[in-house]
Amino acid sequence: MTNTYRDVGVAGQQDEEDFVDILEERRLSSDLGFALRTFSPQLHKGSPPCSSAELHRAVLESQYLRYVTKEVAMETGSCEQEVREEVCGILGEMSQNLQLRFIRLMAYMMTKVFKTVFSAIFVNVEGLNMLQQATQENPVILMPNHRSYIDFLVISYIMFSYDIPVPVIAAGIPLAGMKIVGEILRRSGAFFIRRAIGSDRLYWAVLSEYVRTVVRKGFAPLEFFVEGLRSRTLKSISPKLGMMHMVLEPFLKGEVYDITLVPISISYDRVLEESLLAHELLGVPKPRESTMGLLKASSVLQENYGSMHVNFGRPLSVRQLCEGKINRCQYNLTPRDLPQKPSADVQACVSWMAHLMVRIQEEGSRISPWSLMACLLLQTPATVLTEQGLLWHRLTEKTLWLRRLALDFGAHLNWPEQIPDSDVLLSTLALHRTVVHQKAGRVFLVWGGEPEGRHPVSPEEGVMRTAAAALMLVSYRNQSLHVFVRPALLATAMSVTKSTERDDLLAYFCFLQDVFSNEFIFIPGRSSQDFEEAGYLLKKCKAVHISQQEVTVSDSGLEVLSFLQELLKPFINSYQLMFRYLCEDADQIFTEKQFLHAVRTLATNAVLSGELDTYEVLSSNVQKNVLSALQRLRMATKVKRSENEEYKVDRAAVGRAGDVLSGKVPPQVLRATPAARL
Amino acid sequence: MASNSSRGSSERHRIAQHRLSVIAGHLQRPLNGDTTIRATECKAQGTRPDVATEMKTVPRRRQEIMKWNGWGYNDSKFIYNKNGQAEFTGKRYRLSGMIIPGLRDWMESTFGATVQHKTPATPVLNTSAVQPPTLNEAFVEGIKSTGIPFSHDPEDRVFRSHGHCLHEIFPLREGKVGRVPDMVVWPKCHNDVVKTVELACKHNVCLIPFGGGTSVSSALECPPEETRSIVSLDTSQMNRVLWIDEKNLTAHVEAGIIGQDLERLLNESGYCTGHEPDSMEFSSLGGWVATRASGMKKNIYGNIEDLVVHIKMVTPRGVIEKSCQGPRMSTGPDVHHFILGSEGTLGVVTEVTMKIRPVPEYQKYGSVVFPNFEQGVACLREVARQRCAPASIRLMDNEQFQFGHALKPQVSSIFTSFLDGLKKFYITKFKGFDPSRLCVATLLFEGDREKVLQHEKQVYDIAAKFGGLAAGEDNGQRGYMLTFVIAYLRDLGMDYFVIGESFETSVPWDRVLDICRNVKARIVQECKDRGVQFQPLSTCRVTQTYDAGACVYFYFAFNYRGLSDPLHVYAQVEHAAREEILANGGSLSHHHGVGKLRKEWMRETVSDVGLGMLKSVKDYVDPNNIFGNRNLL
Repeated sequence: MTNTYRDVGVAGQQDEEDFVDILEERRLSSDLGFALRTFSPQLHKGSPPCSSAELHRAVLESQYLRYVTKEVAMETGSCEQEVREEVCGILGEMSQNLQLRFIRLMAYMMTKVFKTVFSAIFVNVEGLNMLQQATQENPVILMPNHRSYIDFLVISYIMFSYDIPVPVIAAGIPLAGMKIVGEILRRSGAFFIRRAIGSDRLYWAVLSEYVRTVVRKGFAPLEFFVEGLRSRTLKSISPKLGMMHMVLEPFLKGEVYDITLVPISISYDRVLEESLLAHELLGVPKPRESTMGLLKASSVLQENYGSMHVNFGRPLSVRQLCEGKINRCQYNLTPRDLPQKPSADVQACVSWMAHLMVRIQEEGSRISPWSLMACLLLQTPATVLTEQGLLWHRLTEKTLWLRRLALDFGAHLNWPEQIPDSDVLLSTLALHRTVVHQKAGRVFLVWGGEPEGRHPVSPEEGVMRTAAAALMLVSYRNQSLHVFVRPALLATAMSVTKSTERDDLLAYFCFLQDVFSNEFIFIPGRSSQDFEEAGYLLKKCKAVHISQQEVTVSDSGLEVLSFLQELLKPFINSYQLMFRYLCEDADQIFTEKQFLHAVRTLATNAVLSGELDTYEVLSSNVQKNVLSALQRLRMATKVKRSENEEYKVDRAAVGRAGDVLSGKVPPQVLRATPAARL
Repeated sequence: MASNSSRGSSERHRIAQHRLSVIAGHLQRPLNGDTTIRATECKAQGTRPDVATEMKTVPRRRQEIMKWNGWGYNDSKFIYNKNGQAEFTGKRYRLSGMIIPGLRDWMESTFGATVQHKTPATPVLNTSAVQPPTLNEAFVEGIKSTGIPFSHDPEDRVFRSHGHCLHEIFPLREGKVGRVPDMVVWPKCHNDVVKTVELACKHNVCLIPFGGGTSVSSALECPPEETRSIVSLDTSQMNRVLWIDEKNLTAHVEAGIIGQDLERLLNESGYCTGHEPDSMEFSSLGGWVATRASGMKKNIYGNIEDLVVHIKMVTPRGVIEKSCQGPRMSTGPDVHHFILGSEGTLGVVTEVTMKIRPVPEYQKYGSVVFPNFEQGVACLREVARQRCAPASIRLMDNEQFQFGHALKPQVSSIFTSFLDGLKKFYITKFKGFDPSRLCVATLLFEGDREKVLQHEKQVYDIAAKFGGLAAGEDNGQRGYMLTFVIAYLRDLGMDYFVIGESFETSVPWDRVLDICRNVKARIVQECKDRGVQFQPLSTCRVTQTYDAGACVYFYFAFNYRGLSDPLHVYAQVEHAAREEILANGGSLSHHHGVGKLRKEWMRETVSDVGLGMLKSVKDYVDPNNIFGNRNLL
């Protein structure tokens, strides 16, 4: 079984003992002493330190920016000086101003916060050692996943503790707007990027030159979230390619010998923003990032959030990854500092690499018992959870069963070995008492919002409340979804197509990957390997027999297969509901807002009538993913009409896709637009 | 060493004398009386058409004066003497007979190559290891009847079976011989070549022209798939300067002449070509034309394509030459450019008319130390921008600077060593240069005295802007000496488990630093990945400047102790290094040529159509592949 991402390596996670709790030492010694510790990181050879002013100047004086400035001036008809001033403005807004003083301040404050909020922060020392080595050899890119605001500085905090150069971090511009905090972040190494840059050529130019200069100079690692933003669903997000391309360019153009990518998986037992996220997904707007908001939110800091795992993956050489994929000679015939559209092979490689990084992040994450429980709870009818309750010993039994399956599938669990399993599960339950509670040997879902019985709740409101709780479960289930998704696609293919022929199964498997590639991360162009992997894993847990042409269910396989099929069902049902709505009821042209509203109403009714048994369709994330999937599959197009972006849907095509999804029609090859647009 | 010559009645004679000492400056030992007399003699005889006949440097039996399995003259080599110190033997070079105290330490610290681990070469060729010749009797009879000398002696044949690539020399040292030519012929003039080529066509034998034998592109390797009789056409006996045209400043020369002879003969008349490739002691005029050679003083004199006015080449289709000696023509694509760089695939260059220049009045070496390589490159770029490059300007990186230092001969007085110490103190302590980062540019100025001094000032002023400090003539001169002795040094390395070679490229200015860094790093990494147990030497210099770019020269060597197939490892690393060069915008070759070593990259280098053009020329000129060395295409 060859797995590209396994070949290139997921490191440092074989031995659980490798993880050490960095808070342990902090609890024993003085926080101030820690903040004032001697910090002597070893810099990458040959690169002298670079102050932010020097960086600023290098960017401003680059040939590339001078060229773009001139072009933009010509296009807009303004004088070059004006455009130059605009460039300075953008750069001022963007620049980091990394200062060791502020790192120390952060270290002091964060130690205080972390000690109250987390019971432990585990890091793998072996990964850190490799990272330390790597920082001395080539420019390093730190690529953590993004699940919580905490992610933002925890890496710097760890670097500071281990004498590794503190990174320069790409952050969203809203953070810069926070009073004082924005400035502290800036001085801790953050640089700020606007959202929705769109076609602002000048902005792109400044940003990309800034990023490239940081990489070229190699005076500090660069940290960025390849997923682009914080995942509201705790599920990996399809990577954004623009930043990835900027980061790789200095290598592609030969300006540096190599670049080292370090995937980092941050896993939380419990995410600080959990309830905020669920409400956001149900349409309650996210509070604006503000210092006041932060202070108000400090109440969340009084709770326990269990432990946090930061797993530093094995450093990957971009040079090795690009081997045979990109012909670097393509940069020979144009000056390297002129803007150039990336060629098809570069686009494909950037996309591949970005997806690969997200997959490695997934593989490196630690799965908590709670996530496994969430998978099972979501397979229990909602009425059972809200009314009768689920038998605790039954849940325990199933969770232990699922633990074995997850281990069979190669997952890395965060499951304390020394403690009896029942205690592990009980303490897990205690940690998540905001979501479920146990009463008389049964487990119930906690209803969010105001206490019960103040005034009668309307049925619709009842659905929303259950949904809020259910979506919290969904988020935690999502933490382990990547472990099961490939076998689950195959299991679903087996049940939907009712075929045992490999070719039929593969065709449907690929179809599902096409439809769901906004939901789950699939490395482009690897469908058949993914299929092989799914088959291998199912065979490994003795759920199927595989021969040259056939995949058949084994006698003991039903339990596994039905679990996997159930796991995907919410997605299939949600998509089907929306497909049906689109080809039967919806106007042919609509805005996103109209769509979300209509689906919400429709779904609420469907849930009330018992026609639908999933709350996931109420998540705006799933709804938006359907729109992106349709666009990607060229079944819908975005049109711009009078300020509004509207969608135009090809009803017949959506109808066909629905039929294929339900198994009425065999899948034909769907034409997806390449996801590799930068 | 640069002395002014006073202008007198026999001015030209004096200049010629001076010129000889100039060559000796970076090449040879101070002249002895013998040569002075000879120069006088030649002068007394005037410009005779056949001045060369009595002073052949290259005899037919080359092995009598040159190594059959190493570089250069039999009498000149690096050895460790009784005291364990490195010494250069013989009398030919400035370094000859001198002790080089730093070399052994350098070898040990750079390569981990110690005197205990020796890999001596087979001293004598075992002729029984040489395949008996496949002779084409009809052809042999034909040659006999023309009276052109020929041989099928194994030693003669082995000598002409190789150039100086590592993979050609290394097996010879172990006494291993592959496919060798079946016969060697020594035509004495253009007509002899015409006859030979006609016979070869008639009897379908394969001809491989052989000039100086200094190829480093596997160009002289006999294609193993060749089943016909292979005849090596040795041009060394066609070595006369046929005439000198003082009105137009051209000389008409037979193409087999080697660089040092050509320069010596012209000097006797007060002229020079100024073409000085590093191999000029042994390489031939015809070879320069066939590979598009470049000389270190090209900034003044131009590369070979700038120097030739007229070329005569014998091909299977007949003789190709232009009808006049106009300095430039607009008559379609220049047919000279089919010949230049044809690498022996189309025919034999027999006679060349070349530009000549009066021997310069004054010559001066110089050197500049820079705090780091980046500053050095910036300075060279500025010099090129202002178009004020001296005859030669080269920038060596830190490793090569240290290498040059290791080659310093034993100093004669305490005073000199004291001065050296002082200089070192000044640069590293007072000026704060990091000894592990600093690098040095070597300079050579030529022309009349005043202009040279003026020029020198201009260049040093530019250097100062980039933090460069003038570091004296001596350092400069030693830098140039290094390029002449490095090939001898490789033989010493091979005696102690060290193998290595050089390769080159040309690259636009903006990519010079990147290519140097990346290629050097790639070499180090590839060695590591392939199990080389010792840190390799991976070093470069910027060796030529142009308006739009520069020529970069890499040296790469490593200690192969512990490797089962060092040649294979070496070839893989070199291959990777070339890939890296191409990926960084470098050319396939600046002056070494393509041969068979680099021909896999020809298509991507010149495009499908380009390759097709070259192929169709080959198909027309040589349809039966008589010139079957299979280079280039």
